[in-house]
Amino acid sequence: MATFPEYISQNEERDGVRFSWNVWPSSRLEATRMVVPVAALFTPLRERPDLPPIQYEPVLCSRATCRAVLNPLCQVDYRAKLWACNFCYQRNQFPPSYSGISEVNQPAELLPQFSTIEYVVQRGPQMPLVFLYVVDTCMEDEDLQALKESLQMSLSLLPPTALVGLITFGRMVQVHELGCEGISKSYVFRGTKDLSAKQLQEMLGLTKPSANQGRGPQTAQPPLSNRFLQPVQKVDMNLTDLLGELQRDPWPVTQGKRPLRSLGVAMSIAVGLLECTFPNSGARIMTFIGGPATQGPGMVVGDELKTPIRSWHDIEKDNAKFMKKATKHYESLANRASTNGHMIDMYACALDQTGLLEMKCCANYTGGYMVMADSFNTSLFKQTFQRVFTKDVQGSFKMAFAATLEVKTSREVKLSGAIGPCVSLNAKGPCVSENEIGTGGTCQWKICGLDPSTTLALYFEVVNQHKAPIPQGGRGAIQFVSQYQHSSGQRRIRVTTTARNWADAQTQIQSIAASFDQEAAAILMARLAVYRAETEEGPDVLRWLDRQLIRLFMFHLRRSPFLQVFNNSPDESSYYRHQFNRQDLTQALIMVQPVLYAYSFSGPPEPVLLDSSSILPDRILLMDTFFQILIYHGETVAQWRKAGYQEMSEYENFKHLLQAPVDDAQELLHTRFPMPRYIDTEHGGSQARFLLSKVNPSQTHNNMYTWGQESGAPILTDDVSLQVFMDHLKKLAVSSAA
Amino acid sequence: MNVNQHTPMASPYGQPQPGYGHPGYAPLDGGYPVPYAPYNGPASAYQPGALPQDYSPFTSFPSKAVAATPVSDLSSPLDLGPARGPPTSGPPPVSVPQPFNQYSPSQGDVQNGPPPMTQAPPRPAASQPYNQGAVNPSGPHSSYPQHYGPPPSMQQVTNQMTGMQINSGPPTAAGPGYVPPHSSQPPISTAYSAAPPPAYSQASPPASSAPPQPPPPSGPATSQQYYGSPQSPSQQPFNSSLPPTSQQQFTSPAPPPPSSQQTFPPSSQQTFPPSSQQTFPPSSQQTFLPPSQQNFPPSSQQTFPQSSFSGPMPPPSQAPAPPGSQPQQSFSPAQPPFSSAPPPVSQPAFISGPPPSAQGSFPPRAPPPSSQSGSFPSAGPPPTSTPSSQYQGPMPPQQQHPPSQPSPYHAGPSPPSVQMPPTSMAQSNHLPPGPQGPPCPPGPMQQPPTQPGMQGGYPPQQNGAFGQVRGPQPGYAGPYPGQPNYGAPAPAPAPAPPAQKRLDPDSIPSPQASDMPAVQKSRHRIDPDAIPSPIQVIEDDRAKSTEPFTTGVRGQAPPLVTTNFQVKDQGNASPRFIRCTAYNMPCTADMAKQSQVPLAAVIKPLATLPPDETPPYLVDHGEGGPIRCNRCKAYMCPYMQFIEGGRRFQCGFCSCVTEVPPHYFQHLDHTGKRVDCYDRPELSLGSYEFLATVDYCKNNKLPQPPAFIFLIDVSYNAVKSGMVGIVCQELKSLLDYLPRENPEMDSVVRVGFVTYNKVLHFYNVKSSLAQPQMLVVSDVSDMFVPLLDGFLVNVNESRLVIESLLDQIPEMFADTRETETVFGPVIQAGLEALKAADCAGKLFVFHTSLPIAEAPGKLKNREDKKLIGTDKEKSLFQPQVGFYNTLAKDCVAQGCCVDLFLFPNQYVDVATLSVVPVSTGGSVYKYTYFQAQSDQERFLNDLRRDIQKLVGFDAVMRVRTSTGIRATDFFGSFFMSNTTDVELAGLDCDKAITVEFKHDDKLSEETGALMQCAILYTSCSGHRRLRIHNMAVNCCSQLADLYRNCETDTIINFFSKYAFRGVLNNPTKAVRDTLINQCAQILACYRKNCASPSSAGQLILPECMKLLPVYLNCVLKSDLLLPGADVSLDDRAYLRQLISCMDVSESHVFFYPRLLPLLKLESGSLPVAVRDSEERLSKGGVYLLETGLHLFLWVGASAQQELLLNIFGTTSFSQIDPSMTSLPVLDNPFSQRLREIVDSFRAQRPRYMKLMVVKQEDRAELIFRHFLVEDKCASGGASYVDFLCHMHKEIRQLLS
Repeated sequence: MATFPEYISQNEERDGVRFSWNVWPSSRLEATRMVVPVAALFTPLRERPDLPPIQYEPVLCSRATCRAVLNPLCQVDYRAKLWACNFCYQRNQFPPSYSGISEVNQPAELLPQFSTIEYVVQRGPQMPLVFLYVVDTCMEDEDLQALKESLQMSLSLLPPTALVGLITFGRMVQVHELGCEGISKSYVFRGTKDLSAKQLQEMLGLTKPSANQGRGPQTAQPPLSNRFLQPVQKVDMNLTDLLGELQRDPWPVTQGKRPLRSLGVAMSIAVGLLECTFPNSGARIMTFIGGPATQGPGMVVGDELKTPIRSWHDIEKDNAKFMKKATKHYESLANRASTNGHMIDMYACALDQTGLLEMKCCANYTGGYMVMADSFNTSLFKQTFQRVFTKDVQGSFKMAFAATLEVKTSREVKLSGAIGPCVSLNAKGPCVSENEIGTGGTCQWKICGLDPSTTLALYFEVVNQHKAPIPQGGRGAIQFVSQYQHSSGQRRIRVTTTARNWADAQTQIQSIAASFDQEAAAILMARLAVYRAETEEGPDVLRWLDRQLIRLFMFHLRRSPFLQVFNNSPDESSYYRHQFNRQDLTQALIMVQPVLYAYSFSGPPEPVLLDSSSILPDRILLMDTFFQILIYHGETVAQWRKAGYQEMSEYENFKHLLQAPVDDAQELLHTRFPMPRYIDTEHGGSQARFLLSKVNPSQTHNNMYTWGQESGAPILTDDVSLQVFMDHLKKLAVSSAA
Repeated sequence: MNVNQHTPMASPYGQPQPGYGHPGYAPLDGGYPVPYAPYNGPASAYQPGALPQDYSPFTSFPSKAVAATPVSDLSSPLDLGPARGPPTSGPPPVSVPQPFNQYSPSQGDVQNGPPPMTQAPPRPAASQPYNQGAVNPSGPHSSYPQHYGPPPSMQQVTNQMTGMQINSGPPTAAGPGYVPPHSSQPPISTAYSAAPPPAYSQASPPASSAPPQPPPPSGPATSQQYYGSPQSPSQQPFNSSLPPTSQQQFTSPAPPPPSSQQTFPPSSQQTFPPSSQQTFPPSSQQTFLPPSQQNFPPSSQQTFPQSSFSGPMPPPSQAPAPPGSQPQQSFSPAQPPFSSAPPPVSQPAFISGPPPSAQGSFPPRAPPPSSQSGSFPSAGPPPTSTPSSQYQGPMPPQQQHPPSQPSPYHAGPSPPSVQMPPTSMAQSNHLPPGPQGPPCPPGPMQQPPTQPGMQGGYPPQQNGAFGQVRGPQPGYAGPYPGQPNYGAPAPAPAPAPPAQKRLDPDSIPSPQASDMPAVQKSRHRIDPDAIPSPIQVIEDDRAKSTEPFTTGVRGQAPPLVTTNFQVKDQGNASPRFIRCTAYNMPCTADMAKQSQVPLAAVIKPLATLPPDETPPYLVDHGEGGPIRCNRCKAYMCPYMQFIEGGRRFQCGFCSCVTEVPPHYFQHLDHTGKRVDCYDRPELSLGSYEFLATVDYCKNNKLPQPPAFIFLIDVSYNAVKSGMVGIVCQELKSLLDYLPRENPEMDSVVRVGFVTYNKVLHFYNVKSSLAQPQMLVVSDVSDMFVPLLDGFLVNVNESRLVIESLLDQIPEMFADTRETETVFGPVIQAGLEALKAADCAGKLFVFHTSLPIAEAPGKLKNREDKKLIGTDKEKSLFQPQVGFYNTLAKDCVAQGCCVDLFLFPNQYVDVATLSVVPVSTGGSVYKYTYFQAQSDQERFLNDLRRDIQKLVGFDAVMRVRTSTGIRATDFFGSFFMSNTTDVELAGLDCDKAITVEFKHDDKLSEETGALMQCAILYTSCSGHRRLRIHNMAVNCCSQLADLYRNCETDTIINFFSKYAFRGVLNNPTKAVRDTLINQCAQILACYRKNCASPSSAGQLILPECMKLLPVYLNCVLKSDLLLPGADVSLDDRAYLRQLISCMDVSESHVFFYPRLLPLLKLESGSLPVAVRDSEERLSKGGVYLLETGLHLFLWVGASAQQELLLNIFGTTSFSQIDPSMTSLPVLDNPFSQRLREIVDSFRAQRPRYMKLMVVKQEDRAELIFRHFLVEDKCASGGASYVDFLCHMHKEIRQLLS
């Protein structure tokens, strides 16, 4: 058997699953003592180009409460054509189509290498993809122009059959009718009044589709398109023109006021429109936000410029008067959207906050993206937006829609909950634990938007009692069943079945310890912490975290924007947390503990400690914090560069040195979503603060002289350094042990 | 009557008459038939009467006829009356021909002169009928019936007033009475008896009056021949003057046919009388009586016709004797028999009416006679043939066939009539008042000499006492159900000598009686020609107003609105801006209360002036704004008295002394006038404008230029009817004509477009767009404006986009299936748009249906015919929901005026929908059952005018008055949030506001009463202005002065607005009663305090108010106050709001339509109008009728071919397409002139009048008839004569 690290990576590779523990303690008591719960990071859509599409439907366990899918772990009686469910031990007949089954003729789902397998469901109509653009028009002309171009470009990225719709908003909300000749039509709604889906339906004239559309009244009423959502191929030109003619919101904005922006109602209308036209079908609402909502439901700030938008300070003082109401509004929208399987993307591009804090659940609940940038006229937005439409080798979108994830467990294990971009479907079952962690109380979740990196943290509870030992060699099995709508319109079901050994903690503590997956555990705990940070008061979370974990990693976690709100706006916090909660393990690790590479003449690029001592004059540093890619030129290097040595042929090596981190950065930039902020700075540059805020302040104004070394750069901060932190921890550990 | 009226006209008509006669008749005939349909009930009865008319014509002919066939006539008429005995009838026929012949020649001639019109035709008709009836038992019968048939209608129509009512009323009453007589010929008699009797009875009185004729006879004799010839038969026979001969003649001719003929003659005579002055007195009386008698008696059964017949008939019987004795006496006796018929004043009316009508109608009938008449008027014959056919057609159905002979013979009825007499007599007694009538006529007649009888007749009226009125009374008896009442008064007066004697001798002696010839006095019947004629008054006023009217003289009443005159502003506002009910206001409240004359002014602040008058000057008083009195805030005006060397001025309104600002100081001359007095408009003129300063602007901000927003319904109905396409097409060109003050400049008015059904579509037409953008707002429950920039645009800048939009709108909605609409949100949308743009403006809403879609202001269909006439009826005029009141208030606050164009196919609740337009100073236009093809022209012209006309926005009007009176009530399209400020979101040049004043103190005769009307408004170019109109009137301490300086048209304007508003809170009946009551009080007060002492039975009207009864009757009969069965609630509500902002000239023509005979058209002048009565229509003529809303071209069934050829390009009556909406353009002077006239009419009125061609006897004639307001109307409205009688009764009651 391979080493645990290999096993882990193999499992991750094949199934997209990483457990905190790869050998499970066999009783509840022992599991509790382990501090880090049995949990898993699961990436449902992990890219598996090698998976054969199975063109039939999965075979299910006949027990109503189980309905597990036939998998390689099941025992099969080829003669009797029976199989035993490995979760409930129910014996099931194979369906007639499996009559030819035999030991030499096994269906794919029984082959061990297909512990993850994907079925393509043939029945049911193929639903079109729906993309609904919700566009803010209260922005500077330059921004609007850039946005319009991006949107026009995106049309070419959509499959021709995809339905597309356009809602614009400013003071009013306009739902544009597409595909009309001559006069362009739009339905206008007041930005201050929320509408129920039913009202909206009436007002848009969607109640009597046959009558209003003037099309064949008898033709099965395919809600495949209506006046507002039309196939791209049909309205391509029309929509391009329409976007081209988009004007800045024409309502006058008087001095000292913010433009009136009806974001809340616009989103409500978008949700409502899809709700009454394409319920339970994949759809993406893409909201482009140029500023905060300033009127109507969902407003986060008044239109008086003299009143700034809420800060963490205001929130702590309970001085954010719009927050609760707005949050409630967006939460209800998020719930409605997720119920119908629609995701909401938010592309917020403004220098100031836009209310992501209030709106975060829209993305978090639905699996939509949250992107934050300074302007639509930046490559950050442009590239990111383009990357939304990334396609795989087959030319279909990598994204998937309207997914549900169902988890089945062996009897000894129960589900506590999940943390990630999902909502509960409230499916009670025998495998649902009473202890909730994250979104719990269910064994099914809805994930309206999925992409290959979307990762959920699932927390389990070992319920086996100490008195009922599990037979030696017993394995606990977990099955993940993800149903989703592929971008081709097909429904697909991906089934991952995995199992782990049980071990008695008293006797086999070594093997359990060896099976510990540090990285996974760190992220799992971090998610838990973030989840609690979102839902509870800040300091408590830190204290809880301190009690739970003592690790280097935690040092950075404590300082990360995920837990620490200092120096971050509420919007930024929401943004960071959002990304953290959905990215896979690798990315999440970077977020918590940025990666720092050093480039110098002294050797090849090397990772260096994220410490102020790594900041040296003759080095170029490349820092990747996931959100930022930062190239930092040391003092000397910066001077050289300024002097223009790189232009001289004799200093070509210097040119190469300068180029190396840039190339690496480009590579990162090209692969990451959302695109990080790219920063090129140098010693003393204003942007260097991003670096200085991340590194371990091992040298500060307090101690630099005592250290007295010439290496590194002092960080002017009162934050404790890792050294101090560790010292403190040690003390604590001793005292607590005592 | 008609004849009489015509007579005055006669001279002119004389020539035309021939034509007229025929045409007139024809029309009548034609008219009748149609009327019949509606009138069926009463009509039928009357129809018989009609026959009488035929007779009447004869009677008229009688003069000649009389001679010719005295016996026969006698027999016939008499027969009708007494012996009508079928037998006689039999004989008569024979005689008839003769009479006809005789008549024909003589009459024809005569008629040609004055009466011709009516007479000529009648005769023929009559002759025929008679002939047929009389001559050929079988044939005749049939013929009679036919004749009768038509005649009845004719009569009804002609008599309208009396006829109608009488028919209804009298018939029943008379019925019984007559019945007996009928006994001879039960059926007919009964019928006839019913209605006619009363009338006749009254008529008989006239007969008595006839006696008076005798006097005239001398003069009249000849005249009579004219008239007499016609009338004489009837009257003359009766009358002493001709009596013998006439009677004889009558008798002879009359007998069989005579009856008919005779009747005609009388009528003709009557008509003639007027023509000839001398004749008039007698004739008038005679006519009255005779006709009445004749008519009545005969008519009794067939009310009119019979009457006419009877008239002649009776005379014969009686006449023979009486004549010999003397007309009166003879009459009396005769009357007795006739009396039944004659007595009723109505008869006179009838007679007058009937005869003419009869004649008219008859003429057609004449045709038959034509054969006989061949000798008769040439016209007669030809027409006769046709007419006869027509008549016959109609006639037959009616009693005629069976009764035919009988009926004529009913003349025979006349005998019954004799029986009737008693009862009738009683009535006749009542009629006596009629006598007054007669006197008057006589008076006038006498006086008139100078002028045609008509005028003569009037003069007395003018004097104040209308003898004629008396006539009416009798008539009333007939017409009004309450005949009994009338009967009471009637009998006395009319019944002429005999009747009077028996009944009311007192009544007979009318005040004027003294003045008037005895004969006249004695007459009781009301001769329609003798009662005040609006036409005459109008013509007189025209004749007298040759000089420009200068406004400098305080208390001087301006010329009538119907007169063209030039105004010179010399210190008081032009009557085009302000007209007062009284130019001599009573000094005290007591006087005012006693007189009951409303003190009101009709103000039309932005009235358009003719090109030869200078528009108000613009005065700029600099930054301080206009100079005003410190206390009452009145603006500088000529009434301000400068004192202390010019350093101060004393306010003429409140007497407060105010410092003159230094920059305004000027020295005074020796008279105390400022030296610059004539350099400053505000010191020397009645009307001028001030430039308002920013203090006078909303929010102290100079206003933005206004905006026009077009809101177009695009629901299924709107698209289907073609409205949407038409509007869009038209707007493209119309937008170049937005109002502007300076024609050189482009208009600054911005425009915006909205379409809607259940949702609203706004359009972005910003000039930078390649294509317009449509913005749909479906949240109608909470309306808002979806865009600002690009919604209201300058036409020139966005022309291409706008045109593209207007091209596309019809296409976009061509396939719509949306039938539901909203309305409240539509106005809200416009309002919000104006609010957003921070400007005032006007909304043009083009709407089709009841807004039933779920939205604010949603309405239910609440049209419930069952409520009509009940106390709950008023609720139907009130808005259904309060929403629109609130909305209107908001609109006013913003200066948002709403013009509503309705295109309903069914009930749309105009009462509710018009709330906002009415409150915002807007207009409502209604095009029921809009069809692009036929209504497009009218709609587009209205739209063009509405868009182009000058309009002010966001206006506030304040009327200040001198101490002593106060403006207390306001009527019009506006909103008031307090008791003094009239707020008008929009005020255009067609809107008038009626203001009522009440005393709150004494006024002094020295200073008079001053009023200043100040309107602060934003002009269409966005300037803030103050327009000032000043008016000073005299004050009087003598009631007589008050009555001498009143303007009836203005009073009617006030009354109508008062009444039309009254229906909101009171049952319509109560409103009508109030009106009648007040009117009666006004007249009673005059009678009591100002008129020379006279018999209580005499109706005396102030000269200035002599038309008050006829106009008031028109108001009372309006669709709003007295709806016919086919008048929808919407129509009434529509009228209600329409009236509310009419000025005097509009209300005048609306209530008393202008009816022009088209015979000869001279360039430069219009033909003299004729009175709105069917009797005035000649079957052979073509008439143009204008109401301000409608325009009819009525074509007589036997209109001259030349006329038809000139007008329509065809000689065939049947080829005239009644659906044409414009006259064919023909290259002949007549056609050109006619079209000129039509165009000029249209140009005069704020609303385009669609031309309706009405062919006589066509279905459409019903509609036309509705506007013959002197006639009785289908919905129960009284005829003029009847109403006058009723009024007289009321007055008498007040006086007693």
